Amino acid sequence: MSEPLAISLFSGTDDKLNAAAVLVAGAAALGRPVHVFLQYWALDAFRRDRIEADRGLAPEAGPAGEAAVRRLRSLGGASWSETLRSAKEIGEVDIQACSLSMDLLDITEADLDPLVDGVEGVTAFWSTAETGQVLFI
Amino acid sequence: MTTETIHRVDARGLACPMPIVKTAQAIATLSSGDLLEVLATDPGSTKDFVAWSRTTGHALVEQDEEGGVFRFLLRRK
Repeated sequence: MSEPLAISLFSGTDDKLNAAAVLVAGAAALGRPVHVFLQYWALDAFRRDRIEADRGLAPEAGPAGEAAVRRLRSLGGASWSETLRSAKEIGEVDIQACSLSMDLLDITEADLDPLVDGVEGVTAFWSTAETGQVLFI
Repeated sequence: MTTETIHRVDARGLACPMPIVKTAQAIATLSSGDLLEVLATDPGSTKDFVAWSRTTGHALVEQDEEGGVFRFLLRRK
């Protein structure tokens, strides 16, 4: 199964970033090329000086959800950025920053973690995705 | 009679998808026909290793479970 997967990663909370990183790593392990497009709050999470920061959880998590996620960490769950680094080691994972979001959040390429391979516009994203599967997270 | 060397990955205590990630990393360093034994405690790993083997073509030679520890023996294609 080598069908490519494209992900528009929009959310910047730790739970969604983590779920996205797990999906990317799983696809990479199966040999599927993965193309990730970072928009808005997800892009903000990839700033090199904040990539390890606690970004909180989506509102539906609540206090019980927060405790559960903290427990997962203590049980050996890797952080989302570590999971993505591993995914890039084992497979073909291309992470691109959305140029509009770069402007909007006043981010330059120098501000981004080396996990990010480059900057592109939405047309380049769709052109790469072609008719393959696209996820929005 | 020669005894085959078995390479090992200890993924006990690691959450999904790290057992598969560690396995993919390790198998890339082996030669065709080499054996790799993986230990994991992630309950999803049973289905994950079957699926990973089927898709990547690395044979799942043996699998068992003892005391909550899953063991997978893989042969690099």
